[in-house]
Amino acid sequence: MTTTLNPPPTRPTPAGGGGRNRARRAKGSSGMREATPLTYIGLTITVLLSVFPLWWMFVVASRDSAAASARPPQFLPGGNFPANLERLFANTTANFTLGLTNSAISATVLAVSVVLFSSMAGFALAKLRFKGRNVAAVGVVVTMAVPVQMGIIPLLMLMGWFGWRGEIISIIVPFMVSGFGVFMMRQYCIQAIPDELLEAARMDGCSTFRVYWSVVLPALRPAMIVLGLLTFMTQWNEFTWALAVLTPSNPTVQLAINQLNQSAYSRDFALMFTGSVVATLPLLILFFVLGRQLIGRIMEGAIKS
Amino acid sequence: MTLLRRGGAPPRDTEGATPPDPSNDDRKRREQRQILLTRLDLRTSPYLFIAPFFLLFAVFGLFPLLYTVWVSLHDWTLLGGNQGFVGIDNYVRLAQDAKFWNALYNTFGMFVLGVVPQLLLAMFLADTLSRRIRAVNFFRMGLLLPYLTSVAAVAIVFSQLFGTEFGLVNYALGFFGIDPVNWKGGTFSSWAVIAVMVDWRWTGYNALIYLAAMTAISKDLYEAASIDGASRMRQFWQITVPMLRPTIIFTVIVSTIGQMQLFTEPVIFDGGSVAGGTQGQFQTVMMLIFEEGFRFNNYGYGSAIAWTLFVLIVLIGALNALLSSRIKGAQ
Repeated sequence: MTTTLNPPPTRPTPAGGGGRNRARRAKGSSGMREATPLTYIGLTITVLLSVFPLWWMFVVASRDSAAASARPPQFLPGGNFPANLERLFANTTANFTLGLTNSAISATVLAVSVVLFSSMAGFALAKLRFKGRNVAAVGVVVTMAVPVQMGIIPLLMLMGWFGWRGEIISIIVPFMVSGFGVFMMRQYCIQAIPDELLEAARMDGCSTFRVYWSVVLPALRPAMIVLGLLTFMTQWNEFTWALAVLTPSNPTVQLAINQLNQSAYSRDFALMFTGSVVATLPLLILFFVLGRQLIGRIMEGAIKS
Repeated sequence: MTLLRRGGAPPRDTEGATPPDPSNDDRKRREQRQILLTRLDLRTSPYLFIAPFFLLFAVFGLFPLLYTVWVSLHDWTLLGGNQGFVGIDNYVRLAQDAKFWNALYNTFGMFVLGVVPQLLLAMFLADTLSRRIRAVNFFRMGLLLPYLTSVAAVAIVFSQLFGTEFGLVNYALGFFGIDPVNWKGGTFSSWAVIAVMVDWRWTGYNALIYLAAMTAISKDLYEAASIDGASRMRQFWQITVPMLRPTIIFTVIVSTIGQMQLFTEPVIFDGGSVAGGTQGQFQTVMMLIFEEGFRFNNYGYGSAIAWTLFVLIVLIGALNALLSSRIKGAQ
């Protein structure tokens, strides 16, 4: 994991993880306005507002439900978290263990598949010459702009025909490719992979697949990590489709917390908040490991657009 | 024919092609086969590489979307199946359905309440972050944190915070002498809570996008402006905002598409129901599609709503694109 945080020195762009570079460059430039104490106060308040709901989530999850409504409010965590956790996983309405497993499996499989298929198509659209390439490239952009989510009813019917309703496969197979992913990989291929590198590999007798596997994929790693993270996050968070196609007996983690939210347990804030903590934790861990690269990518993408 | 430009290098097709050995027929044949294979590879591989994307998209993206139109023209239910072509009957019913207009009204209301303050705040935050500050990465991470949390989990927390009797927000308002607000009960107040959830999640993300665009603005512009005596405020409105216009349009389009499909936050706020409150005061169009299509199992009518929303989103997107090209053309 740590190696991914330190991009290899040969990387041609200051894309992800370039926060430090950027800051240094910014310091060097003239005309940069000075921060006043007010700047710091404003930013600190914003960060506090960003963190507070998550903090409050953990405070209640580590106490009991009375703490959610205590006057004056309790703002420090208690020692009840392990007990709440035990209660959460013992709860038969929520099926939390199954929900976590389903979410972990589907989000991981989808992160891998989106990264794989996007890098393949992105590479072909950026670096291979073939008839219909421009049409295909435009097609990818169009798929990004079209809200295909509006086909949700026929998609559910399709799942019925396949016999996939209620099965975990129904939240995996329909989302194995992403137009955004292809677009992102194509952009990254164009800027990060020099044609000379591919030519050299060709001269050595590499087949197209060999070129992709041994030359392109290693060079795409920074973008792959970010795309994988974004996909994992999106799928972990997915709620609408899961609510339509799955049942509470075979849920995702989001459906599991929704089950607590709507059932007779809905006043049991400690239980609901513990579920929320468990549902949020994997994303937070990923964020702290890979957040910097993500920030670099988001900002990079913004300039391109 | 060659797929990669060879940059003027002398042609050297396969290994072992040099030096040529005309006396060896067998080797020649093998070379020829190698060349054929390479040619085949160069010709077909690109299509094999893009095929998974287009095939899967066609089956699970494009087909359901287009089939929505077909289903919407039929009387079609889960139990009864396709009960025949009814033309535009579903759309006629839609036009007369007060629930649909209410859902549309709510969706637009939450859109305005959610997106406008969000983008303004994001802009000011980006302006702040573009100054020379210490611990810039800490603040950036702090701003992006909400973006990377579980939507449903956070919606549960916000729903509790905005609870009528025990919520912290009403408790805090009490110090200002404000009576407890029944957030979920009112139209505007329920929109406000949902807008807060959306804003909380997306403001930092958009701020980072604006920040990136701001760092690309030439510093000379600001220097010239301050020599001319333009105030900080004036510089912001007359340099920063106009220069950011393409980025602003981009974020508006993305936010619009997202907000038109708003679903998770209001559903969690309503305790897992798609009714959107006792009077449907915060039922969005997406929730209505869900209610008609999956709760009442009326596929035909649900599809009519979905297709109408689809057309609306595309129209709004096209309008935005048109506006942005106008602006680009004017510059």
